[in-house]
Amino acid sequence: MTDIASTNDIPVTDTPRDALVKKRYRAERRFKFYGIAAIVLTALFLSVVLLDVLFKGIPAFSEYRLDLKVVADQALLDPQKTGDRTTLLAGNYDKIIRDALAAQFPDVTTRADRRALNGLLSSGAADDFRRMVSNNPSLVGQELTVPVLLSDDADQFLKGYQTNEIVLKGTGTLTQTLNGDAYALRSSGDDFGKAFQEIQAFLFQRLDRLHTEIARLEKTLQGMEGDAAESLRGQVDTYKAEAETLNARISDANTAIELDDKLPSLLVNVNGGTIKATQISPAGVDGTKLITPKSAEPASPGSWSILTLVTPESNRRVQDQAATWLEQLKASGTIERGFATRFFTSGDSREPELAGIRGALIGTLWTLAVTLILCLPLGVGAAIYLEEFAPKNRLTEVIEININNLAAVPSIVFGLLGLAMFLNFFDLPRSAPLVGGLVLALLVMPTIIIASRAALRSVPPSIKEAALGVGASHQQAIFHHVLPLAMPGIMTGTIIGMAHALGETAPLLMIGMVAFIVDIPGGITDASTVLPVQIYLWSDLPEVAFQAKTAAAILVLLVFLFVMNAAAIMLRRRFERRW
Amino acid sequence: MKKLLSTVAVAAIAVAASLGAASARDQIRIVGSSTVYPFTTAVAENFGKTSGMKTPVVESTGTGGGMKLFCEGVGEKFPDATNASRRIKKGEFADCNKNGVKDIVEVLIGFDGLSFAQSKTGMPMKLSRKNFFLALAKEVPDADGKLVPNPYKNWSEVDPSLPNEKIEVLGPPPTSGTRDSMHELFMEPGAAEIPAMKALKEKDAKAFEAAWKSVREDGAYVEAGENDNVIVQKLEANPKAFGVFGYSFLEENISKLAGVPIDGVAPSFETIADGSYKPSREMFVYVKKAHVGVVPGLDKFVAEYVSDGATGEDGYLAEKGLVPLPAERHAEVSKAMATLEPMKGDELK
Repeated sequence: MTDIASTNDIPVTDTPRDALVKKRYRAERRFKFYGIAAIVLTALFLSVVLLDVLFKGIPAFSEYRLDLKVVADQALLDPQKTGDRTTLLAGNYDKIIRDALAAQFPDVTTRADRRALNGLLSSGAADDFRRMVSNNPSLVGQELTVPVLLSDDADQFLKGYQTNEIVLKGTGTLTQTLNGDAYALRSSGDDFGKAFQEIQAFLFQRLDRLHTEIARLEKTLQGMEGDAAESLRGQVDTYKAEAETLNARISDANTAIELDDKLPSLLVNVNGGTIKATQISPAGVDGTKLITPKSAEPASPGSWSILTLVTPESNRRVQDQAATWLEQLKASGTIERGFATRFFTSGDSREPELAGIRGALIGTLWTLAVTLILCLPLGVGAAIYLEEFAPKNRLTEVIEININNLAAVPSIVFGLLGLAMFLNFFDLPRSAPLVGGLVLALLVMPTIIIASRAALRSVPPSIKEAALGVGASHQQAIFHHVLPLAMPGIMTGTIIGMAHALGETAPLLMIGMVAFIVDIPGGITDASTVLPVQIYLWSDLPEVAFQAKTAAAILVLLVFLFVMNAAAIMLRRRFERRW
Repeated sequence: MKKLLSTVAVAAIAVAASLGAASARDQIRIVGSSTVYPFTTAVAENFGKTSGMKTPVVESTGTGGGMKLFCEGVGEKFPDATNASRRIKKGEFADCNKNGVKDIVEVLIGFDGLSFAQSKTGMPMKLSRKNFFLALAKEVPDADGKLVPNPYKNWSEVDPSLPNEKIEVLGPPPTSGTRDSMHELFMEPGAAEIPAMKALKEKDAKAFEAAWKSVREDGAYVEAGENDNVIVQKLEANPKAFGVFGYSFLEENISKLAGVPIDGVAPSFETIADGSYKPSREMFVYVKKAHVGVVPGLDKFVAEYVSDGATGEDGYLAEKGLVPLPAERHAEVSKAMATLEPMKGDELK
């Protein structure tokens, strides 16, 4: 930007010519305003996108783990006492962890409950335990505390994505009366009054909606005949019956309301247990136990609480029972939130809590390495020849035009070319970074040639002439003097080209790199995928937790791009010469 | 500069060397449908973890694209299996045979319900497939049974019992297998329920097919891209819109979305499994028998896929949103897969 003396200071008088001058100044001010507006708008859009990705992606960098006390049972891990690593790797760690968890909840006896409880754990829950023991066989037979990964649903619940929670401390003394399996809880204070009113309001809202719909249908019914009217009348009757039952449920302010899974869940924590309300009145609740209270003594004010899970149970993936277990584990302090290192150390997985970016990251590095090794020497060589040595004739002109055109060819075309050439003709392996690199090299080559030629052209001719003047050959003059001076520009062009390659998915689809690959690629012929493809694949999976993973992978890609572009700027700053 | 030249030389040698290295394959390769992808990948991952072999590579190419790759030939260059959200077509089967892919094993893995869903904050609606057709077909019969461009703007114009809201449905684009299913599971049966269309079917089957295979293009049906999550997000934002996508996405998003009952039956695990929810489709994996024994672990992979632990009633794929086969049918499939019985081809349409 150039500083121009402020246009406002110049005195302006009212002659016709001055009017013209004024008009010009106005035009300039307008233009400046447009420019600023454009920048502000762009910045706004960009920050909205970035904030959205950040907001969604940050939670994926942390995970909830359960610190579980277990005994590394010899009989389950290494019955022959071999101490051998392969034996230890095959041990039944899952059983140890599941038993240890079940031991914390003595109420859990049925198979269905066991399954629900195990559902809190990730299918890779035992991985950390297995690694600890197999790396250190002396741990067998000892008691230790191991971190156990929770499932994606449990993780989402603890992160607060499943429901809002409202906790109310009890203000009165709570008494329990047990009648068969049903608990009746009564408070001496007005603790349940507010909850009762809220549930009532919830039902009233539902009733209102029904009434509006009934009114609308009845209006359309007027003057209608035949089958359609008949079916419509049936509809109205169903709605009316529904409204009737609803009305009966909320008839007066003191009758107890039955709770179902379409209403917020009310859980009462008392004496170390949890009662789920099935019926509420202003005086108290009746309910069933989710965790048996340790004693039936009345609970003093402040020692008990009402937990409301606002999202109805039918709308949640974590049911009340599982939620209660998680709440109790959280209250006991054994659940911790930690940095999810496995996001950077493991490959792809179909379990969101286990999926990591490493496979894609390494695949990206291999692919870009192949691209760089191929297109830097070829691109720069072509640029030097075209710029410095090639005769200016029809042929070189045609070549030049073609290079410029190639830079604008849609990338999917290069993918098709890659499929036809590298896979079908040369028989190279599918999904390999080698082929990906080759295809991307084709894609980036024109960019590098164009950038390199511009960089070579920007070196003043006097430098070459001076070299020629002291007796250097043409080649010496270029390789010893012109090329080193053009290098910063070439590097910048190359890095921008590589950044372009880093963001491509379309050509990779054709050559099989859009794939689920768990193993981390160890070379350029192993199956692998790349970062943008990983983002695309994750974004398409049904599990909600993968949405956060997608955003997190986008952040990683952005950091990657940022580092590359920063490198381009640094190189330019460091080596740039001005003449 | 000499350094640069030698780098080029080294690179060239490395590339040449790796050309030769592309030999014997020890990893299963699967292509095909993006709808089946979430299930096959889960099986692949489990297979990799428990068998000690390399985890199979599963590509997401779409059903049609997968079939094309699969049928190109036999040999390690070509994929071992393909996912399909519909049955293999007769033409594809013939194509396979022509290229030497003779013994194709069909693995029926389960069902996917096609759900029509809305945001939970919207007014609940019930819909028949007939009304679905009337709301979304490009041309619908008028009072005299003649096909006219779809005149309906609001749901209540289609049927007075439906809400008086603008018709706005988000669904898959023509490239998607889900779109094919939408036509076959919603539009065709819906059209067949209309007397005028039924008459047309008898008179001119081609015109009938053209009618249920077309979707209006005046903005009432919005193509939302292959990504079902995009539809889910748009539905959350717009309580008046409806979406068409696979049941597994509805299952994962039950906190925000509600399935619209179709012909009186709401989509759920139970209703899809017992067949009372009509718009559901079978999903398949096709395997080349010629590759069994050549690519290590392929038979074991199929065995893992049809095991109780995976596709059984309480298998891990049920957790991923697959609607499992009824126990009896599943037992049949498992038994047939033990011998890897290939298809004959005459069972296809």
